Amino acid sequence: MEHIRLPKVENVRLLDRLSPRRSRVGTLYLTATHSIFVESEAGGRSETWVLHSLVCSVDKQAAGASGCPLLIRCKNFQILHFSIPREQDCQDVHLSLQRLSQPERYEELYCFSYKPNIHEEERRREWAFVDLRADFRRMGLPNSQWKLSLVNQHYKVSDTYPAELFVPESAAPPVLVGSSKFRSRGRFPALSYYSKENHAAICRSSQPLSGFSARCLEDEQMLEAILRSNPRSDFMYVVDTRPKLNAIANRAVGKGYENEDNYSNIKFQFMGIENIHVMRNSQQKMLEVCELRSPSMSDFLEGLESSGWLKHIKAVLDTGVFISKAVAEGVSVLVHCSDGWDRTAQVCSVACVLLDPYYRTLKGLMVLIEKDWISFGHKFTQRCNHLVRDPKEVSPIIDQFLECVWQLMEQFPCAFEYNERLLITVHNHIYSCQFGNFIGNNQRERGELRVHEKTHSLWSYLWTNRAEFINPLYRQNHSQSQGLLRPSTAPYCFKFWRGLYNRFDQGMHPRQSVEDYLRVIQEETHQLEEQLDSHKQKIAQLEQEQEQEQDQVWNNACTAATFDKSPTVWALGKDLALANTPQDYTGGFIASSPRTPKAPDSPLILAPQDSHQKADPNLSNGSDQESGIADLSCRSPLSEDSTKDPDSDEAAYSAA
Amino acid sequence: MEFAELIKTPRVDGVVLHRPFMPTVEGTLCLTGHHLILSSRQDNTEELWLLHSNIDSIEKRFVGSVGSVIVKCKDLRVIQLDIPGMEECLNIASSIEALSTLDSVSLMYPFFYRPMFEVIEDGWNSFLPQDAFKDLESMTDEWRLSDVNKDFTVCQSYPRLVAVPKNIDDDTLKKVATFRHSGRFPVLSYYHKKNGMVMMRAGQPLTGTNGRRCKEDEKLINATLRPGKRGYIIDTRTINVAQQAKARGGGFESEGNYPQWRRIHKAIERYNVLQESLIKLVEACGDQSHSMDRWLSKLEASNWQTHIKEILTTACLAAQCIDREGASVLVHGTEGTDSTLQVTSLAQIILDPGCRTVKGFQGLVEREWLQAGHPFRQRCGQSAYSNSKPRQEAPVFLLFLDCVWQILRQFPCSFEFNESFLVLLFEHAYASQFGTFLGNCAADRARLSLPEKTVSLWSWVNRPQELERLTNPLYEANSLVIWPSVAPQSLLLWEGVFLRWNRSSKCLDEAYDEMVHIIEYNKELQNKVNSLRRQLAQLETEDPLLNTP
Repeated sequence: MEHIRLPKVENVRLLDRLSPRRSRVGTLYLTATHSIFVESEAGGRSETWVLHSLVCSVDKQAAGASGCPLLIRCKNFQILHFSIPREQDCQDVHLSLQRLSQPERYEELYCFSYKPNIHEEERRREWAFVDLRADFRRMGLPNSQWKLSLVNQHYKVSDTYPAELFVPESAAPPVLVGSSKFRSRGRFPALSYYSKENHAAICRSSQPLSGFSARCLEDEQMLEAILRSNPRSDFMYVVDTRPKLNAIANRAVGKGYENEDNYSNIKFQFMGIENIHVMRNSQQKMLEVCELRSPSMSDFLEGLESSGWLKHIKAVLDTGVFISKAVAEGVSVLVHCSDGWDRTAQVCSVACVLLDPYYRTLKGLMVLIEKDWISFGHKFTQRCNHLVRDPKEVSPIIDQFLECVWQLMEQFPCAFEYNERLLITVHNHIYSCQFGNFIGNNQRERGELRVHEKTHSLWSYLWTNRAEFINPLYRQNHSQSQGLLRPSTAPYCFKFWRGLYNRFDQGMHPRQSVEDYLRVIQEETHQLEEQLDSHKQKIAQLEQEQEQEQDQVWNNACTAATFDKSPTVWALGKDLALANTPQDYTGGFIASSPRTPKAPDSPLILAPQDSHQKADPNLSNGSDQESGIADLSCRSPLSEDSTKDPDSDEAAYSAA
Repeated sequence: MEFAELIKTPRVDGVVLHRPFMPTVEGTLCLTGHHLILSSRQDNTEELWLLHSNIDSIEKRFVGSVGSVIVKCKDLRVIQLDIPGMEECLNIASSIEALSTLDSVSLMYPFFYRPMFEVIEDGWNSFLPQDAFKDLESMTDEWRLSDVNKDFTVCQSYPRLVAVPKNIDDDTLKKVATFRHSGRFPVLSYYHKKNGMVMMRAGQPLTGTNGRRCKEDEKLINATLRPGKRGYIIDTRTINVAQQAKARGGGFESEGNYPQWRRIHKAIERYNVLQESLIKLVEACGDQSHSMDRWLSKLEASNWQTHIKEILTTACLAAQCIDREGASVLVHGTEGTDSTLQVTSLAQIILDPGCRTVKGFQGLVEREWLQAGHPFRQRCGQSAYSNSKPRQEAPVFLLFLDCVWQILRQFPCSFEFNESFLVLLFEHAYASQFGTFLGNCAADRARLSLPEKTVSLWSWVNRPQELERLTNPLYEANSLVIWPSVAPQSLLLWEGVFLRWNRSSKCLDEAYDEMVHIIEYNKELQNKVNSLRRQLAQLETEDPLLNTP
């Protein structure tokens, strides 16, 4: 609380990003965890909550006639444009937010103060919900070829690896330790995925410390052991996900890649996925394009191209396809990049989604993220900028994984049990720090932070609310939910993910949602099934005992049978008047039009954080998302006076 | 002329057919006057039945004594025929070339086609102007149906009957026609029931460089305004293009002469630019380089999506003027037969729920495209693969369909028809067994006696078995105005047309089937529950105990 210089500012304007003339006036509150904007207009009380931990940057711009602008960009791609009447207030808010959004110590993170109304026992159970051992059991492990190794039990062999790892049965501890000494950060080859059907495996590691000529007998034995654990194949792939040039450069500093001559029967392959710095810059460029106010088609497409973002997504998916095909053909693969926690995590998890239908289920995706990202030590603290650290360590590596899954969903609409909303929600909470799952860089750190004792788990929250996250087109016995997915990676198969990157620009999204429509239909179908059964029973009963009175039950059935015959769901649950208004089509020709009537805002209250829902209004499609809605009182080059009442036709014509 | 003269080799055995996403088949290739047919030898079933008029261009390749003919179709499909024997191959190729480029309309297949189905409702009579006018009469008495053009002399590209303001007589119309491009005087396009505002369309005024004016024209246009009201003239061209048109005798309405009207210029490209855009887009979709940069830069360079955005934006603007500003609108470009129709027809999709039904959309195409004189024969003569230099060809109608698809994607529950219907219209506009899209205007169709000599596409479409395939299972009548987003992020490439033959649509088709299944199953249960409920009620009334109070 000591960082809050100013807890409350009145007469703040929240500007519409796409048309600044549309704005809402209200009071801005700063709390320990959120900035809250409460609209003060009579009639409705709309609130916009922004978690400090989601704030990515706060920019104060030069003061203008109508106030001092403050621009808040969030890690979930929300952008809030405030205008604060007094410059001093703006300055105070700016400094407060800057500090609040850049915690220095783990203890300051929201997950440690987030206390929903959940009993301690229940909270502890949350953490048992996703169990990696169970996933390896599901793969059929341990078995005669693969065993659980506790060599890293105390994080002594590799401090960024989990305590429990699966390794080939024949790999004795000295081999593991020896191999680990020949790999960056001690990250020796360990199992990521095992195919029960054909015994092929995906293993992952960091780069070997081979330099120009170094060798390591144990490392060679380790790879040999991996190869031998798949008796049906006489070779294995070693996939280096980096561009060849990057790998060669690493040799100069004593690292590098495997020499095919030193390892028996390996096929070595470079993949050309760029490093974290390229990815960070690429996303930055893409976001700049998304932020453009009224871009032409060319601005948008040129910007998208020059950002290189889709090219990188394609590179990740291409590699995932390569690995999944190899495994499907019965060939084991060892994957690494430099440290083996970024690109390696991406392509191993993408390959898993392609290979195994389980990872296309809701629970399966949670398990997969837990396995290949959380337990194998993806550096969430650095990559997601949870704490003030080196800005060069920030990179949207996991965003790219989620996007690959989304691209696959677009190609295989029936293959996934979960929907786009789940991916977006997971993305949001990776960055929100509301749950403990993504805190810290590895298992060891999370243990030290006692995350499992002090915080809540996202997975059980998602599971509790799973009705929202289910894809109505998914069927367990559908052909798309069986076996290997073979996506096309032709460039035209990749789309821009509007749902994530322009998530808060409501006006850009389809106004009716097929998915929500089908969900309503399915709910109704479910009720009908129940009625059908009860009717059948009753008929049987009636036929048997004609004279028995059935009045009461029958009447009940009748009431239950009245359905809303109109299941059309307007996207995002908005009423049509609000969700569907014209945009700025005029380019400033028509000076003004009648303003859209205000939506009856949902009466969200400044409530204590007693439930998941209220504590995170960003996800509830609440009234704060009005910003994307179209513009009627469009910017007019002819009438700069924004305070003038634009409501009458007269004003429209005279201004023109 | 006899087709037989053009068919040098009517039949070749052992021809191998390659098609996208289908196994290759070997069979016998036959050429008839209108079709290229390949039937496989085993069971004599037809594997391919292709209209010559659907062929855009062909290429020949030879490897040893086997020649290949690559057939590129107007619907953007590319197939390959491997033909044994050099001479046969050359003969087939030159025959196809000759048969697919016949110039005479009366030799087209629709004049030879006999329907194999029962015509329930003759499509030629389904959308007559006098019937459409009856609907208008029920809403307003401010308009009349004029037959000033009954012998197509006042305006060649207009139908015999047009709706005009009631107090404007035919003599005035004739004078106005001399002041508008191709005689296209302002006529009623749409009446907005909600507020009585109207949309009109016309050709450009022939003001020329010295600012000619026409009192009758001003009178006609002003006659559509309510007292004290103003209107908007939407010129689909940029101000520069419109200025340049003056030098060729065209021009635009000056504010001085039309003080009650405000002119807005938009930037929809002329048809000649559009054909090149289509060719570039199709070329980009066929690029095999697998490079993301190349794909995006080619997509951008084609400008196709830019055209989509411009057209939709202009249509939205027209709709906004009518619905939100409560003003009447006049739309024109140069001729008034291309961009003008894109705008007026799309604005109606946005404003009028009736146009979003299957029948309503057919009516819209009939009114705003066929009867309004969009020159289909000239525009759809060639598609993206043609080797000959485009003359009058342009994908004006395809762009309209693409825009409708964009709105459909944004309002997936508000249209009674589905994407397949739009694709079907695209195919038939370019090559068809039906007479609907033959000719350039109503006068052409009358001269060719199309209603007597050919079958209407609507006769075929409006039968239960076809309608079922074209109906959107998600449809729920939505009586509201629908405002689409025109942000670049919201406008997508129409995969159903442009990637149709490049990538398998199996998984997307399965998703559609799954969706239909979910809805069908729900209906089925609904019916079952209802019948059980009736059964229950019956059982209960039979029960004497329940009937006595």
